[in-house]
Amino acid sequence: MTARAMESDRQEAINVATQWQLMWWRFRKHRLAMTSLVIVILIYLVALLAEFLAPFTPDEFQADYTYAPPQRLHLFLETENGLRFQPWVYGYKVEIEEEALRRVFVPDEEVIHEIGFFVSGVPVTLLGFLETDRHLVGPKDPEAPMFLFGADKLGRDMLTRMIYGTRISMSIGLVGVALSLILGILLGGLSGFLGGQVDNIIQRVIEFIRSVPTIPLWMGLAAALPTDWPPLRIYFGITVILSFIGWTELARVIRGRFLALRTEDFVIAAHLDGVGQMRIILHHMVPSFLSHIIAALTLAIPNMILAETSLSFLGLGLRPPIVSWGVLLQEAQNIRTVATAPWLFSTGGAVFIAILALNFVGDGLRDAADPYAR
Amino acid sequence: MLRYVLRRFLLMIPTLFGISIIAFIIIQLPPGDYLTTVIAQLSAAGDLVEEDVIAGLKAQYGLDRPMHVQYLKWISNILLRGDFGTSFEWDVAVGDLIWSRLGLTVTLSVATLLFTWAVAFPVGIYAAVRQYSWGDYFFTGIGFVGLAIPNFLLALVLMYVAFKYFNQSVGGLFSPDFVEAPWTWARVQDMLGHLWVPMIILGTAGTAGLIRIMRANLLDELRKPYVKTARAKGLSELRLLLKYPVRVALNPFVSTIGLTLPILISGSAIVSVVLSLPTSGPLLLRALIAQDMYLAGSFILMLGVITVLGTLLSDLLLAWLDPRIRFDD
Amino acid sequence: MPVERQLSAEDLLLEVRDLHVHFPLDEGTVKAVAGVDFDVYRNRTLCVVGESGCGKSVSAQSILQLVDRPGRIVQGQIRFHRHDADGSVTVTDLAALRSSSRALRAIRGRHIGMVFQEPNTSLSPIHTVGNQISEVIRLHLGEDEEAARRRGIEMLERVGIARPAQNYDAYTFELSGGMRQRVMIAMALVCSPALLIADEPTTALDVTTQAQIMSLLQELQADFGMGVMLITHDLGVVAEMADDVVVMYLGQVAEYGDVDRIFHAPAHPYTKALLRSIPNLDFDQDIRLDSIRGMVPDPFHRPAGCPFGPRCDEVIEGRCEAENPPAFSLGEGGSVRCLHYEEVALS
Ligand SMILES: Nc1ncnc2c1ncn2[C@@H]1O[C@H](COP(=O)(O)OP(=O)(O)OP(=O)(O)O)[C@@H](O)[C@H]1O
Ligand code: SF4
Ligand SMILES: [Mg+2]
Repeated sequence: MTARAMESDRQEAINVATQWQLMWWRFRKHRLAMTSLVIVILIYLVALLAEFLAPFTPDEFQADYTYAPPQRLHLFLETENGLRFQPWVYGYKVEIEEEALRRVFVPDEEVIHEIGFFVSGVPVTLLGFLETDRHLVGPKDPEAPMFLFGADKLGRDMLTRMIYGTRISMSIGLVGVALSLILGILLGGLSGFLGGQVDNIIQRVIEFIRSVPTIPLWMGLAAALPTDWPPLRIYFGITVILSFIGWTELARVIRGRFLALRTEDFVIAAHLDGVGQMRIILHHMVPSFLSHIIAALTLAIPNMILAETSLSFLGLGLRPPIVSWGVLLQEAQNIRTVATAPWLFSTGGAVFIAILALNFVGDGLRDAADPYAR
Repeated sequence: MLRYVLRRFLLMIPTLFGISIIAFIIIQLPPGDYLTTVIAQLSAAGDLVEEDVIAGLKAQYGLDRPMHVQYLKWISNILLRGDFGTSFEWDVAVGDLIWSRLGLTVTLSVATLLFTWAVAFPVGIYAAVRQYSWGDYFFTGIGFVGLAIPNFLLALVLMYVAFKYFNQSVGGLFSPDFVEAPWTWARVQDMLGHLWVPMIILGTAGTAGLIRIMRANLLDELRKPYVKTARAKGLSELRLLLKYPVRVALNPFVSTIGLTLPILISGSAIVSVVLSLPTSGPLLLRALIAQDMYLAGSFILMLGVITVLGTLLSDLLLAWLDPRIRFDD
Repeated sequence: MPVERQLSAEDLLLEVRDLHVHFPLDEGTVKAVAGVDFDVYRNRTLCVVGESGCGKSVSAQSILQLVDRPGRIVQGQIRFHRHDADGSVTVTDLAALRSSSRALRAIRGRHIGMVFQEPNTSLSPIHTVGNQISEVIRLHLGEDEEAARRRGIEMLERVGIARPAQNYDAYTFELSGGMRQRVMIAMALVCSPALLIADEPTTALDVTTQAQIMSLLQELQADFGMGVMLITHDLGVVAEMADDVVVMYLGQVAEYGDVDRIFHAPAHPYTKALLRSIPNLDFDQDIRLDSIRGMVPDPFHRPAGCPFGPRCDEVIEGRCEAENPPAFSLGEGGSVRCLHYEEVALS
């Protein structure tokens, strides 16, 4: 490497660094986006540490408590020496409702179950290697019922299942977007960099995909996945199907950036210098538009999550025993069930918050990457 | 203009071809072919399946021929005779099943589109003209919320609220009396009475998006010099606003039909399942689960075709509205 | 000011007095126009020159209250003298009217016409030429569609548009830049206004077209007898067109006077520098005012004392940094804002 080339590489490093910094400064000013970023990070932490954060495991059930309603959480316990910080819940007792003749759970004010931190429960493997039986919260007595978000039809804890569902749903967003990104970079990049006939063909393909109603298409493809596949393969199959259709927007952004950059002076200068094409792409073009791609990626994640949730809800996407938000919401499909157990909706709240937060972060990133384009 | 229309029609052909290929692939995707399923069904019913019956069926569907021949046979049956194949689950011609459902899908989508426009257009103008006002923030907020709630969830929540607090079922497109009734004016009125629920559910996200598009476009236009020219002529603010920037901002708005229509038709598939509407969605879902592939494939084909036709119509409308496109050939 | 000119008062069209226009922005207030005075007379052309950003456009647009938000007239008067057919004169202070008021709208396009810099973007891209012209006619003269069309085509012919009847129905993107500017002029003049304000009408055009448009303006002025306020960067245009000249610097009038005096005996150091920056006064030469030492200060930090001080060759040490010179009369209606002329004015 010549001295000049080294100097230019160093210069590049500085330029790239300052570009990131500038972007970060602009992003920080966007208060809604900053708050949302914190929320998104928290959600991904939940996904990462699900085993530890969830009081139980997703398949653990207490058959006596099917459709048990959420318990009210009390923070302070009255003892002989006054109030003490000690979260607790009432137990359940069963009453028969007169007219409908069905069993309903009501709080049993005679029984108090104390809730502890770092309690021991079912052994789990954290982060893939940490064996532990500790859970962040849980009933001190492992046999005691604790259903802060209610229980489902088998008496499984909704809160636990929601936490585990976070992992699948949020990661499908990431993995799907990663696959879309590969397709998008490949095709969008080719399109923008080569231009001409290649560009033309790829653009037609993108237009075509965008003009087809995606959900019926997704449904058709997802329904074709063999039912006897193991859960992991289904997961990847669905992800591939989602990204197969979701890459077009990313490709559009990437192509646009390539087109804009192709004419910029430093690329032309590099051409004149006789630097190889690959080098031009890697050293000059990619860093300068990475920020735009990151913004576009962030905005693509919520769409993936929505798509997964919708498909699974219809019974065409992920299926039990996989626990995803869509799978959980599927249990809320029957309106009569929901009418008696509205807490089955609680997963909807998680979907809503995650998507809203991701959208705000994406918006903030886009503004930060390109303050002049509205 | 004529050349534009012609070119636009020609461009449509490869798209339609692409859609038919995709539909055909989806028909072929499930393991085993149509015939295996039929045979399985016949034997399950206790009928003995004769060798020559199988051979006859094979020839009828061209299943013993290579893929491209099968495709050609399938598509030419559709194009020339309107024959979409047979639904083995219902044991009737697919054509008999899909048309009324597709018709209602189109009705629902178009109604939603109109609803979306009727809301988004004035609200978008308001938000742009009163930029940064409380109203602007309010609608922006609603917009974000609308984008973040999945359609089916909104449908579920609405159904729940209606069921729990008003003791009413909001599903379906017709009252029980009219479900099977022939088309009459009364039936149309009955449908309109039911249509607004799915319309609002389907339209929420789209409306939110359109408000933002309209607002952004209009803000762009309001800054353009021609607005100042119009003001310098002595026009009143309202007249000027409606005649120039709003009119110009209408064009990109119309061009969003091409984007929203696929999303609407797409979304209606799920919402219809939740609300059990007699549109394409529930039957498509059922066909997919039962692997009734000719029915499912035909739905996917026709939904694609409808979208393409809708986009074509919006492009023609745009060309009619915008002289720059009309003259640009 | 005020300036006593040797011109008959009955030809007076517009008196601008102590005009201040501010833009309150988040970063601070931009004082785009900071005390401007000038007059425009019937049958005469006033040229406004000055470097980019000195407030020429803002001054011109504030006459009809067309300044972009958040710009606002904060002080001053803009007295418009309306001469009616029976010889009576009504004086209105345009600065005191509300920007969307009926009274102001009745003057816009009817008594004062305006031509902007960018003919490409100043016309609507999706309405026909005729639609945009006839709109003014119908609005102000109350003529019907048919009559408006006739008058519009006539006007297009008058501004030198070939095949006026055909082009009346054309869209603006079908026309060349020069043609579009002619359409703009036709639109501004179709109601025979008393005053035409043209803000750099030829900047976006090529040299030949520039010359054509300028001679068209001269012709039309001779025909209609209107007053013209012409904003330009081009001192060649000033020499050709102007009767009176306003030289602006940082939102103020540095020097004001009739064109011969300005060119032959410039008083303000800024005017002198401007004139030095052109090698010779040739009409065809398109020389911009960019060769003066130093930079225009940024709008948030106006220099203390004389605004031209940091770039001036004739600074009076100890005074120029302290005092913002008022306008000193030079006689014959001329004036200058420079401390060197304090004695001249006193004597
Ligand atoms: N919309 C606006 N917002 C904020 N400031 C403005 C705006 N328009 C003008 N200004 C300020 O007013 C000052 C004068 O602008 P103006 O357009 O009048 O300059 P000009 O003399 O016409 O320049 P040019 O020769 O470039 O047209 C500028 O320095 C600018 O800072
Ligand atoms: S007042 Fe002083 S600084 Fe200003 S122009 Fe005159 S001599 Fe120059
Ligand atoms: Mg200007």
